[in-house]
Amino acid sequence: MIARLSGGLSARALALLVMLGIVLLFAPLFANDYLLTVLILILYFAYVGQAWNIMMGFAGQLSLGHALYVGLGAYVAAFLFTRYGVAPWLGLLAAIPVAVAGSAVIGFLAFRFGVAGVYFAILTIAFAEFARIGFDHLDIVNASAGLFLPVAQYAHNDLWRLRGDPAMFYYVILAATVVAFVLSRLLLTSRIGYFWRAIREDEVAARAAGIDTFRYKMYAVMVSAAVTAFAGVFYAFYYNNLFPEQVFNISRSIEIILGPIIGGIGTLFGPILGAFVLTGLAEALNDTMLHFGFDLPGAKQVFYGICLLIVVLALPNGIWPWLARRLGIAEGAQ
Amino acid sequence: MTALLSVQSVSKRFRGLLAVDQVSVDVPEGAIFAVIGPNGAGKTTLFNLIAGAMAPSDGAIAFAGTRIDGMTADAVCRRGLARTFQLVRPFPALSVEDNVVVGALLHRRDVGAARDHAQSLLRRLDLFDKRGQPASTLTLPDRKRLEVARALATGPRLLLLDEVMAGLRPTETDRMVATLQTLNRETGLTIVLIEHVMRAVMALASRVLVLDHGTAIAEGAPDAVVRDPAVVQSYLGQSQFETGMA
Repeated sequence: MIARLSGGLSARALALLVMLGIVLLFAPLFANDYLLTVLILILYFAYVGQAWNIMMGFAGQLSLGHALYVGLGAYVAAFLFTRYGVAPWLGLLAAIPVAVAGSAVIGFLAFRFGVAGVYFAILTIAFAEFARIGFDHLDIVNASAGLFLPVAQYAHNDLWRLRGDPAMFYYVILAATVVAFVLSRLLLTSRIGYFWRAIREDEVAARAAGIDTFRYKMYAVMVSAAVTAFAGVFYAFYYNNLFPEQVFNISRSIEIILGPIIGGIGTLFGPILGAFVLTGLAEALNDTMLHFGFDLPGAKQVFYGICLLIVVLALPNGIWPWLARRLGIAEGAQ
Repeated sequence: MTALLSVQSVSKRFRGLLAVDQVSVDVPEGAIFAVIGPNGAGKTTLFNLIAGAMAPSDGAIAFAGTRIDGMTADAVCRRGLARTFQLVRPFPALSVEDNVVVGALLHRRDVGAARDHAQSLLRRLDLFDKRGQPASTLTLPDRKRLEVARALATGPRLLLLDEVMAGLRPTETDRMVATLQTLNRETGLTIVLIEHVMRAVMALASRVLVLDHGTAIAEGAPDAVVRDPAVVQSYLGQSQFETGMA
């Protein structure tokens, strides 16, 4: 297991990984509350970017509606918690199947009826919009008035019920990001990962090589939705409020995919690097501007746009493949 | 003895155009069978029907005793009938080796075992030294070889080769012919090939089917077929016949 995880990584890459791990592990000891909040945001996008990357980066199926799975995961766990006091880790056991079922419906409709490429992407947007409008009128979760979780007691950390201070949330999302990374690597280097990449590269040729493309595309959307659902649970318990208009909004779906695009679609480190670059720089920019007395709402979006423009023009494969070459480390399976 | 592949009065109509018109052919196990004919004769369409890329409008196709017409391409491949594409379709961003590993994983669970098998096939097809580079960087002849390697990796009983010699130099053609002959002799692999390179057809095929305008105009041993007046007129041409197959 360990050998399979570290296999293909150069000593240099391993050293870098260990160093990064140590810095992240001890960050809460040095970081102030603001920096910790930014780190949580970065790791959240690193996590959910990896989840999206499984579907698009590995299997080539473009989803522009991943807010759907975040929202479903968030609502299911938050509803079970507020209504029945079910702990989020148990709620996850319901949140994941609900998100997976949603993805299976979209996948089945698309792949059975030959909806592909741009049309598939539009279908994913459509379902996220259905959910946004539907939840806006769903009284059982307070419709557009929003669902609120009891505000955290900071006296002590309750990991089981995810009530606690930012440092606890930091470690939860850090662990989740590591788990997502390990899972991505295992998937990419296994049989299913090869089949996914074959489908991504040329679906007709993949079928001619005997791959049941319908089945493996279904696996891709379902695994991606399952991983994304946890991000929703985290979101609900970290922010303590849920509004359909916000959670299912298309801008949430777009935010999820910016990190992987900038970091490098289909690579293992790309989504993580993209999250650090994008969220890290955007927050730094915001902070600097506030420091000098500028309060410009929307500056972050403009900044995202500029980042995207630069990367698409200069490094169309993303920053990570370029950086990996500069550092002299080749990513194992890519 | 029943045929491994049996095509019975198969037709394919594209709106007004009858691309394949009631073609019947039996390919016995272990044979090397060539399909020749001018451009637009329906050769590739016939391949697409057999390989499951499209369903025939009429007729039946049986492979190893089971009806396969109407099956999807992946189901046909899993039954042991693999194909290459005339317009090659490698997985461009994957390495040469990974392209073949994908095929080898069809009947193997373990990636390591698939890699070993892929490497032995790459050696056979002279691609071993290029195994690390992305498939998109290969020259056309190398891509054609890669198509063959990937199809072979799926462990077929029958291999459909669509113009794998096109664009190869004569020495490369001879190598490919030798490779296919060895495979056929050592593993009993049945091969059906579409080919314009008559040098390869004459060297390889035990039987030849000639298509013209979607219909079978001749079938038989290569020597006999190339002397058939209808074949000479429609496909080979008088001068080629006189100079004895360029």
